Amino acid sequence: MPRLTKDETHPVRFTLNGRPVSVRAYPRALLTDALRHEIGATGTHVGCEHGVCGACTVQVDGEPARACLMLARQAEGCEIRTVEGLNNKDALSPLQEAFREHFALQCGFCTAGILMSLDALFSPQPDAEEDAIREALSGHLCRCTGYAPIVQAALAARNRIKGGPIDA
Amino acid sequence: MKPAPFDLVAANDMSEALEALHQGGTEARVIAGGQSLVPMLNMRLASPTTLVDITRIPELSRIEANTDRINIGAAVRQSTLERWPDLADRLPLVHAALPWVAHTQLRNRGTICGSVAHADPSAELPLCLIALGGTVTLRRRRKTREVAARDFFQGMMSTDLAPGEMIVSVSFPARKSSTGYAFREVARRHGDFAIVACAATARPDGTATLTVGGVADTPRTLELPADRADLDDRLNEFAWHLQARDDLHATARYRRDLVRKLGRETLKEALPCRD
Ligand SMILES: Cc1cc2nc3c(=O)[nH]c(=O)nc-3n(C[C@H](O)[C@H](O)[C@H](O)COP(=O)(O)OP(=O)(O)OC[C@H]3O[C@@H](n4cnc5c(N)ncnc54)[C@H](O)[C@@H]3O)c2cc1C
Ligand code: FES
Ligand code: FES
Repeated sequence: MPRLTKDETHPVRFTLNGRPVSVRAYPRALLTDALRHEIGATGTHVGCEHGVCGACTVQVDGEPARACLMLARQAEGCEIRTVEGLNNKDALSPLQEAFREHFALQCGFCTAGILMSLDALFSPQPDAEEDAIREALSGHLCRCTGYAPIVQAALAARNRIKGGPIDA
Repeated sequence: MKPAPFDLVAANDMSEALEALHQGGTEARVIAGGQSLVPMLNMRLASPTTLVDITRIPELSRIEANTDRINIGAAVRQSTLERWPDLADRLPLVHAALPWVAHTQLRNRGTICGSVAHADPSAELPLCLIALGGTVTLRRRRKTREVAARDFFQGMMSTDLAPGEMIVSVSFPARKSSTGYAFREVARRHGDFAIVACAATARPDGTATLTVGGVADTPRTLELPADRADLDDRLNEFAWHLQARDDLHATARYRRDLVRKLGRETLKEALPCRD
């Protein structure tokens, strides 16, 4: 029986933004900590560690999920995507660009998680309605910016992804 | 905070899971979606010495639709059921209630059975299971048993689950034709736990049930006769009977008021051509 003992680290393998990675983690290690402390991928933020704030949201096999509520080991064999995987080369993605243009972030603490939820919404559904955008955002707290600019940025990004007019 | 150390068993099949739970006894726990357990581990409200991850056991990830029942395995995630194409037709009550369970980001990991095992008094899925008269199938090393939902939930976050035992599936009775179903909820914000949640079923003979969550320590059901001339009195009596308490989210008085008003609306929705 595959028992991972508590006092030792054990290998965990998954792909991170398309690249295979292998880390050693204690059974109790959270995915957030494996990403940030073992791999050094600090784009994923940690706020509450109980699922409420959304700062740690990453994509697991394409679906947004809380990295603070996953044991690192539960990512074994999964495709994990984080904010570091959004831009292509050095250019911001249309979603990131829209956030910049619409002042949809201030301290940026919540932003990585919000981008991962919106990216997961737009990938299968580039013409998502405003209701669906608000629904996706309801799983995130932002303590600085207020949600209006974030919704505007999401609407602008949606139009850009669809190839429509840039302003919502 | 971080969890206290534990051994993690990533079970590949049922016998591995049951053996590990048996060995661990009261110190072992199942981890499914982790959406309630990991917060408890992080806050050290729970510190089991063994966790058994059951989500990769193939036979637990099935949704089995029979003529009159829908069986949902312990590894089936809430979002998987939400996307099941037959959900609205076969389980209209669950279809109406699922979007109220936390947020998409949590439903992508959280399981149906995990919510039932967790037995939060405000949770929508235990409410639906009781309202529909569903059952919970439990297994330990040498014994399998099926328990009616109304007997499984024993109190706030307390159930009939024994040490060494796990839920393998829950079973919801499928929609019966000419029965009406409705779900309503009031929460502070969409995605929060319910302050009051109501599920109503209305049978073709005119009788109806109203099941209410978020008030008493488990969801409770009011049976209603076909003649509902005294509905207001019955709802009022039921609202008092639930013994609501004041808490951070709402006063007892507000909860009683919601049971009366939301209860009435939910019943009305379940009975489109009556009342
Ligand atoms: C921010 C936030 C908001 C939420 N909002 C809501 C809400 O509005 N409504 C709602 O209903 N829920 C809500 N939840 C809880 C969520 O729905 C959980 O997913 C669910 O309660 C637990 O399912 P899980 O699969 O994640 O179980 P886990 O977290 O893995 O386990 C929960 C408990 O059940 C036990 N368990 C799990 N599976 C089994 C099994 N097969 N056999 C025996 N024991 C088992 C575990 O040992 C543990 O004690 C919320 C959670 C968070 C973090
Ligand atoms: S850090 Fe994960 S939800 Fe707040
Ligand atoms: S920008 Fe600071 S929390 Fe959202």
